[in-house]
Amino acid sequence: MMEAAITFWSGLPEELRIVVEILAKIFVIVVPVMLAVAYFTYAERRIVGYMQRRRGPNRVGFRGLLQPIADALKLLTKEVILPANANRFLFFLAPILSLAPALAAWAVMPFQDGWILADIDAALLYVLALTSLGVYGVIIAGWASNSKYAFLGAMRSAAQIVAYEIAMGFALVGVLIVAGTLSLGGIVHGQSGGILHWYFIPLLPLFFVYFIAGVAETNRLPFDVAEGEAEIVAGFHVEYSGIAFALFFLAEYANMVLIAALAATLFLGGWQSPFPEGVDGIHWFLIKTAIMCFFYLWFRATFPRYRYDQIMRLGWKVFIPVTIVWIFVEGVAAWFEFGPWFS
Amino acid sequence: MPVEQITFWLFSAVLIASALRVITARNPVHSVLFLVLCFFTAAGLWLLLEAEFLGILLVLVYVGAVMVLFLFVVMMLDINLEPLREGFVRYLPLGILVGVVMIAQLALILGPGHFGEEYYAMPERAPADYSNTEHLGQVLYTEYLYHFEIAAVILLVAIIAAISLTLRKRPETTNYQSPSEQVRVGKSDRLRIVPMDSEKRE
Repeated sequence: MMEAAITFWSGLPEELRIVVEILAKIFVIVVPVMLAVAYFTYAERRIVGYMQRRRGPNRVGFRGLLQPIADALKLLTKEVILPANANRFLFFLAPILSLAPALAAWAVMPFQDGWILADIDAALLYVLALTSLGVYGVIIAGWASNSKYAFLGAMRSAAQIVAYEIAMGFALVGVLIVAGTLSLGGIVHGQSGGILHWYFIPLLPLFFVYFIAGVAETNRLPFDVAEGEAEIVAGFHVEYSGIAFALFFLAEYANMVLIAALAATLFLGGWQSPFPEGVDGIHWFLIKTAIMCFFYLWFRATFPRYRYDQIMRLGWKVFIPVTIVWIFVEGVAAWFEFGPWFS
Repeated sequence: MPVEQITFWLFSAVLIASALRVITARNPVHSVLFLVLCFFTAAGLWLLLEAEFLGILLVLVYVGAVMVLFLFVVMMLDINLEPLREGFVRYLPLGILVGVVMIAQLALILGPGHFGEEYYAMPERAPADYSNTEHLGQVLYTEYLYHFEIAAVILLVAIIAAISLTLRKRPETTNYQSPSEQVRVGKSDRLRIVPMDSEKRE
């Protein structure tokens, strides 16, 4: 049986084998990501619940563990309503445009040494380009819905994402200066040798700017003016129901996990152990990602929503100057080959 | 047909079709979205040319930032296309003339007399460890340093010009918030505790 399968496999043309192999790898990445996203929503409701002295969902399955599956089933069976005078094609294209970049960015994520779908040279740029595409889903959804609230949400989101993308890009320029490479695998290799060699130490201000800009880019509290339940109902996805809404929901959480995983890779040593002699492995990557994900929930339970002009001020007048100053500081540090990082 | 050629024809066909739709679409928002598709497929073609840095940069800068602002503006404007279409027949001869001149110029450069495999050698395939990004960075900061710096200065001038154009003096009555003052404020600035003797109920 095994041998027959092997001879059948090697009998296939090479192009077909490559395609099948890549599809299998994509499947192996996307399924755990989607599961992580599903249980991230569960973790959010439970953790925020305990932070607010209530229990959260605990009825479906053991301690509520089947809750995300029940939610998904519920959304799948709901009717998808098309608003009057909405643009049909763009209305249904928007959730897809929102989810696709969030998943495509995982192609260059190094889970462990060698565990990477596409080890491309310009991986850092690729990630930045794809995270900037997610805004199209939001804008098109807001416009195609033919609704005032949705449109307001889309406008707010567009201005916010353009502002914070610059700060985020500059923060990643800092990583590029230390690492000397755009490849994510190369960046993780540059941080080997324990927690003192990780980039978050020389890049501490950039690390904060990156993560806060990431929170703003994913439209999460305290920067969720694009949704703003109290002001514009649910912002850009107010007209979406059923599976179309579920896609927006998945995209938002997939983006959050992506930003957390990128923070773990770029600033916290990826799969490397924090101890100089420790065993490296995917578990360290997962632990660091989970810790960064937890910060998202912690922010949500702690901070009130920023006002729109305060968000703009923070992005343009605080973060961008901070990153530019720190890039100059880094230039000096790189010239003098300061510490274990710039050598 | 090899995979590369299929990809090339597919991307080229999508690029030309969407470029046509940019100018023929009735709704300006659709035009902008087709322009986004144009940039995206052009980036795909650049990737085929092994210019991955430029390809990704096209998506990052044009699709990710410039077109978002474009879309932002186009969605806000309530464009009525009727008055724009009025002069169509009147300006048609001029438009055709400009178009013909442009096509003639392109044909002069790209015609078979000057542009072909005899004149430009086929680009050689880069080795697997060749990094487009690294090479570009090296020539940009050594060979083309002056060009690079002149471009940077022009950009800086453009930034200053754009800011000074939009800068306007607000009337004196406008109220401003000073966030640093708000953060620094203490209890003694806002609260006054008045000592009062308690009084008996009648």
